[in-house]
Amino acid sequence: MNRAALMALVSHWRRRPLQLLTLVLGLATATALWSGVQAINAEARDSYDAAAQTVAGAGAARLVARGGQGITREDFAVLRRAGWPVTPVIEGRIDTPAGPMRVTGIDPFTLGPGMLGGAESSEATEIAYDPAFLTPPGLILAAPETARALEGGTGEGTASSDATPDKVLREAEGPERAELPPVRAVAGLAPGTLVVDLSVAARLLGNAAPTALILTGPVPDLEDHADDDRGAIGGPIGGRNGEPVGGPGGDTLADLAPGLRLQTPQGNADISRLTDSFHLNLTAFGLLAFAVGLFIVRGAVGLAFEQRRGVFRTLRALGLPLRRLLVLLLAELLILAVFAGLLGVALGWLLASALLPDVAATLRGLYGAEVAGTLTLSPAWWLSGLGVAVAGTLLAAGASLWQVARLPVLAPAQPRAWAMAGVRGAWLQAAGALALLVLALGLGLWGRGLVAGFAMLGALMLGAALCLPLILRGALRLGARGARGPVAQWFWADTGQQVPGLSLALMALLLALAANIGVGTMVASFRLTFTGWLDQRLAAELYVSSTDPAEAGAMRDWLAPRTRAILPIVSTGVTLGGRPGELYGVADDATYRDNWPILTGLSDLWDQVAAGQGVVINEQLSRAQELAPGDTLPVAGEDWQVAGVYSDYGNPLPQVLMGMDAFATRYPDITPARFGLRLPPGDAPALADALRDRYGSGVEIVDQRALKAESLRIFERTFTVTGALNVLTLSVAGFAILTSLLTLAGMRLPQLAPVWALGLTRRRLAMLELGRAVMLAALTALAALPLGLALAYVLLAVINVEAFGWRLPMHLFPLDWLRLFALACLAGAVASLWPARRIATLPPGELLKVFASER
Amino acid sequence: MSVDRRLVLTGLLTLPVTARAQGFAGLGTGARGYAMPRPGPFDFPADHGPHPEFRIEWWYVTANLRDAAGRDCGVQWTLFRSALAPPGAGPEGPWAAQQAWMGHAAVTTPEVHLSAERLARGGTGQAGASVQPFGAWIDDWRLTGPTPDRVEMVARGDAFSYALTLAADGPVVPQGEGGYSVKSAAGQASRYYSQPFYRAEGQLRLGDAAVQQVSGTAWLDREWSSQPLAEDQSGWDWFSLNFDSGEKLMAFRLRGEGAPFVSATWIAADGTPTPYGGTALRIAPLREAAVAGRQVPVAWSLALPEKGVDIRVEAVNDAAWMTTAVAYWEGPMRISGSHGGRGYLEMTGYD
Repeated sequence: MNRAALMALVSHWRRRPLQLLTLVLGLATATALWSGVQAINAEARDSYDAAAQTVAGAGAARLVARGGQGITREDFAVLRRAGWPVTPVIEGRIDTPAGPMRVTGIDPFTLGPGMLGGAESSEATEIAYDPAFLTPPGLILAAPETARALEGGTGEGTASSDATPDKVLREAEGPERAELPPVRAVAGLAPGTLVVDLSVAARLLGNAAPTALILTGPVPDLEDHADDDRGAIGGPIGGRNGEPVGGPGGDTLADLAPGLRLQTPQGNADISRLTDSFHLNLTAFGLLAFAVGLFIVRGAVGLAFEQRRGVFRTLRALGLPLRRLLVLLLAELLILAVFAGLLGVALGWLLASALLPDVAATLRGLYGAEVAGTLTLSPAWWLSGLGVAVAGTLLAAGASLWQVARLPVLAPAQPRAWAMAGVRGAWLQAAGALALLVLALGLGLWGRGLVAGFAMLGALMLGAALCLPLILRGALRLGARGARGPVAQWFWADTGQQVPGLSLALMALLLALAANIGVGTMVASFRLTFTGWLDQRLAAELYVSSTDPAEAGAMRDWLAPRTRAILPIVSTGVTLGGRPGELYGVADDATYRDNWPILTGLSDLWDQVAAGQGVVINEQLSRAQELAPGDTLPVAGEDWQVAGVYSDYGNPLPQVLMGMDAFATRYPDITPARFGLRLPPGDAPALADALRDRYGSGVEIVDQRALKAESLRIFERTFTVTGALNVLTLSVAGFAILTSLLTLAGMRLPQLAPVWALGLTRRRLAMLELGRAVMLAALTALAALPLGLALAYVLLAVINVEAFGWRLPMHLFPLDWLRLFALACLAGAVASLWPARRIATLPPGELLKVFASER
Repeated sequence: MSVDRRLVLTGLLTLPVTARAQGFAGLGTGARGYAMPRPGPFDFPADHGPHPEFRIEWWYVTANLRDAAGRDCGVQWTLFRSALAPPGAGPEGPWAAQQAWMGHAAVTTPEVHLSAERLARGGTGQAGASVQPFGAWIDDWRLTGPTPDRVEMVARGDAFSYALTLAADGPVVPQGEGGYSVKSAAGQASRYYSQPFYRAEGQLRLGDAAVQQVSGTAWLDREWSSQPLAEDQSGWDWFSLNFDSGEKLMAFRLRGEGAPFVSATWIAADGTPTPYGGTALRIAPLREAAVAGRQVPVAWSLALPEKGVDIRVEAVNDAAWMTTAVAYWEGPMRISGSHGGRGYLEMTGYD
């Protein structure tokens, strides 16, 4: 019985292979896009974690040498014997057969717990205690793919020319390549990094001294004394247990190791936080693509169930219990879901593999974050992909199963009933849409936090999608009112008749188009703002920095007659509003007055800053502390008036600018080693060359134009992936329309035959069909425009502010909309091309049959 | 700590003397390239300092103390040195790891046992030892003074710290035959002397509690060697006992596949040592306690009939487990029976 019933049910798919293909492809595409994005995100997060947990991870406070001297064994021993929890590291870059790689020399003896490869990788820690690691020739520990690249000698993604903004790294000089120790692959290490013993690193990098002493434990009052050489950083003992007995205590860093200074975590302290926007973007796209895919599945499943109503009724009449029928249908769906899910996960893997190198390059360029160029996928990922496919199928098929469960055995089987959704259903849908839109509005008005922002986005999109059939029907009714002549009237009426059948596909198109407009607007707005901001922030023609303070003074004297102005740049770490932040000293110069990207401020704000009466703060700090010009902000123990607020994109830290004189009085030991140089732009290259000739490698010179070009290049690449996903989503929506039209085509013969019989040629009918699809797509695109703009607004004004603390101004790009509108019409046309061609070439006999077999 | 590392470290413990010092050094490499211990007189003060030509070495202090309220407690301060390569054969360069150093410190009261560990690469000055002035240190833990007769002993962990002054009331005592201590029937041996006559006084702090004044006695063991013990030896029980009479007893029992290898030194109140081997001393466990997931004997009977000793030695705190990379049991003991007194016991190889 089961077997016979199952065969009867499955025979449907055999007779309609296209429908089966639609279902499987829809589900597989949805799963692929979703799991592909997940794979990329997971890989990137793993890489960040590994990087953050590496010894020299950017998150740890470190002691570095002042000027050009290295850190000595004596410095290290003196600090350790005074109870400072420091561990030495040697960082550098070497050329390997697989390209340049980062080398980190560690001291396993003093390494903090979990500092090597994180808590999960005790493997790395164990190996580090192996005598083979400590004694010659030593052992290289590297992430598996990096180890493979080293052994294979080729093709590691790190071997790029990207200018990683990692100033700690220094290039190993010399053409001869040091002999590399054996390599051991260890999971959990940061990709592109070779971890070796301190002594091995010293040898590989040409007798290098440690580049830093990393603090592995707490030093009290660290935050209040960041970079503060005069500050009394007492012996770090004490802490939560009170002062221990017999501790040395009381010694400051200046007493113990005057050649060193404390550096608190800077700039790219928390890569994962910075890159959140990027991953948010990807996740949202993955989710959207999955939703679009589900619309296809819903359409296909719904159709298959409707068409099999007769079969269901017959089976039930033959005595198949309802429960059994439902179980069989469920089994059929699950089999399909698992099959399509597997296919989808495999496709997702391919997609992720194809996109990952681009993503890796973007993240490296943007944030200096190393992400492995290859995928390592866990079984959990495969299973979750499958689970998503199955859950999606059940979600899409739920309504259909419910209908089958309530199917009256004796009711006549009427496939057409499906095409004519009841008026009641339409009203229910409208009510649902309204509820969702009200929810979105409520969340927008009263919601707080990122989750609320996303919930709002979801409700807005779904509500708008549910509205679409109503809007379309309204539009068609308007069109019908203006229709003259029987053909036109039939056209409008017939189009209206088809809306329920096409509505799911059109909803998918709506979502894809809206996402395109929304994300496109956000990216373009971001780009415009970013470019303007770069122009303002990077006003000086050249930026130079010297590694040696003494040399910096001499360089300044030498530069003075050769430039229009020299802008010294000094900074120190401070606590701002309870978070680590940056304090800069700025000279009183027209460069700042004319260019600095001030958002709001007092009228005489630069005078106040120059006179040491006020400070300007970045937007992040202003938003986090709710500070407006005129308010008071405590900085390093003093209260300062906030004179203005400036935009500071891409920086997660609070930042304050103070007048140079005020800064110098408070931090006399910090002498400027970096300068912005103002001079006629044409003279910049010549001066840069002259500087290089005179000071050699001791000076770092950055050309403003090169910096801008590089920043923009990185920016463009950030969104290549977004662009690729955009196109994919749109293609999926187009596919949905195609399949809907194809399945409708067969059912519409009874409606077309009379029109044909009345004298309309098949060719004309096909043209009308094509026109109808284009018109529906165009209407959908029109509806998508306000939705897309709303989406862009939410992304810029809600999500961005919640996630990063700054708000981007929204710009409108009508040309892009026009392009997209054309694209949508094209998608509709392409999708209806095949069905239209079938009508045009339909044998007249087929149409005649309609009348012959009419009941 | 993962299973793997524990396996490795447990493996090290099967080589008792070396293992005591070698949490991570290369083992199973024998003693080739290192100096071998030989019988003969010590060369003081040079022998108070490090012996880099030998493979392993330690400075081992245990102190039986009482606080102002008269409650028993104990502290341990240990520095192990272990060579990673024989002298002259090791790596070169300012940061080359020729030696590995390991410090263990602990405080034991009847209620709590707290331990801490420090590790260091040799050659940097982070850890080391010197003769004049006398010193042994790792990080801010130190055992330093003008001479070994008067030293400051300082250490701290996450939840304890102590600073004691140790002053010697008697001479250093050679263990075994004139400081040549045989460790197995096959003849493996070490150089070994003790300073069991320290008076100890100072401060102890546990957690957030107030600083306590403590006083009592302390015992320093100095030992160096290059030889691993017999392969079948799996652990040991090592006693250092102070009797109220002023006499002292050092005894160890190395457990192997056959009968344990037992050795002891009776130290008269004036410091005169009498070594005993073989069957002169009887050692037997009396009571076991569950500690860190294993059964460990925490009460013992010791009998040295020749000196009229028949005593019961019982732990002040059964749970004196050292949660260090090489884990073992080490804690203060109370003595009752024919003699009263206090002492320390170290036990390894109970897995």
